[in-house]
Amino acid sequence: MDPAYIEDPFTIWDKLRVTCPVAHTERRGGAWLLTTYDDVTKAAHDINRFSSLEVGVIGADEEVEPDVLLPYGLPPISSDPPLHTWTRRLLLPWFSHTRIEGYEVMTRDLSRHLIDGFIAEGHADAAADYAQQIPVRIIAKILGVPADLSDTFTGWVRDVLEFADVKERAKSGGDAIVGYMIEQLLLRKEHPQDDLISELAHTIHDGEPVDDGVVLGIAGLVLIAGIDTTWSAIGSSLWHLATHPDDAARLVAEPELMDSAVEEFLRVYSPVTMARMVTLDTEFHGCPMHKGDKVLMNFPAANRDPEAFERADEVVLDRSHNRHVAFGSGIHRCAGSNLARMELKVALEEWLHRIPEFHLAEGAQVTWAGGQVRGPRSVPVVF
Amino acid sequence: MRVRVDDDKCQGHARCHALAPEVFDVDDYGHSNVRHDGLVPAGYEEKVRLAIANCPEYAISEISVSE
Repeated sequence: MDPAYIEDPFTIWDKLRVTCPVAHTERRGGAWLLTTYDDVTKAAHDINRFSSLEVGVIGADEEVEPDVLLPYGLPPISSDPPLHTWTRRLLLPWFSHTRIEGYEVMTRDLSRHLIDGFIAEGHADAAADYAQQIPVRIIAKILGVPADLSDTFTGWVRDVLEFADVKERAKSGGDAIVGYMIEQLLLRKEHPQDDLISELAHTIHDGEPVDDGVVLGIAGLVLIAGIDTTWSAIGSSLWHLATHPDDAARLVAEPELMDSAVEEFLRVYSPVTMARMVTLDTEFHGCPMHKGDKVLMNFPAANRDPEAFERADEVVLDRSHNRHVAFGSGIHRCAGSNLARMELKVALEEWLHRIPEFHLAEGAQVTWAGGQVRGPRSVPVVF
Repeated sequence: MRVRVDDDKCQGHARCHALAPEVFDVDDYGHSNVRHDGLVPAGYEEKVRLAIANCPEYAISEISVSE
């Protein structure tokens, strides 16, 4: 992908929204890019014409062979009803309000511990040393897998999402995740613990135990979807505060703005774009789409649509009306959205409490990942 | 003030619960239920208006008391 596009896709999306809101590209096997709030949310709700059987932004530009170990893909994200409906009901209680309150103490302790590790040095990489270290450990806790494998998990997930266009790398990351989950599933069939994999392994659906392929798919999804998405949101928010000292100072002085600020960071720096597959020859916003075409629901662009948001390109910390769709909309609303919100809020609160003043290091090379998940991979700051 | 949540539209974002927990309860799936039969206790009208304005699914609506 073009590095200039990854660093600043917004100007291009702003132009497309006006001149060509349903843009077609021959790249990546042919795809439609939606950039208005109206089109993106319409597509997200139109599950009959836009299937979730293919949700990857990058890759799959040729016929993909079904994975024998994951015959159901990664449900519920990569499925349509009815599979979507019952697998989502198995997953959602793990991200309920009461469960998330339970993870908050751990997130706060973890954030403090990470800051302890670098505060005396007067500098840190806000993305690599902090943002990247938090979500992976919470997800490990939910899955019941060891947190000391965090770097390994992060590596696999980056292979799958960030390097999706390097086929061998994406495949090896995916294979490693499935291989690891199979081991964990077998262990828990014999010795159930208090974790998501154990519960799924011992759940009865329609009179039958849940198929191993479904359990592996759900566990793989939680790992893939719960790590670099939230890390990207935390990293982007810290990058914003490092480059906008007025906003950092205001959040320190008015901590009661944190809830609306979190929503605003999610809106302006939405990490995730999702794809859909067109199920029949049809017309959408006057454009002829064909069965099998890919449609990219550009949530980050939708969230900067001036038709939907006043001062759409600005971070307004106390924005009171914010129907952003950083977590999607419709039946595939991100199952972990409120876990992500909690992690982002706690990570920012703890950082600002200990490091109220900070800025980018001189000559800092901020690097961004783009594609399915957009966020900074390195944000060197001094304080 | 009386409000209702459209069950077919609610997708469990739980923004209403975050903004007005005194009025909107959520279950383990994130789905919202209005407490007190939809009747908003006095003093919470502003919070409820915020909840309406922040629901990404446009699932909350004010209903006239005569309905």
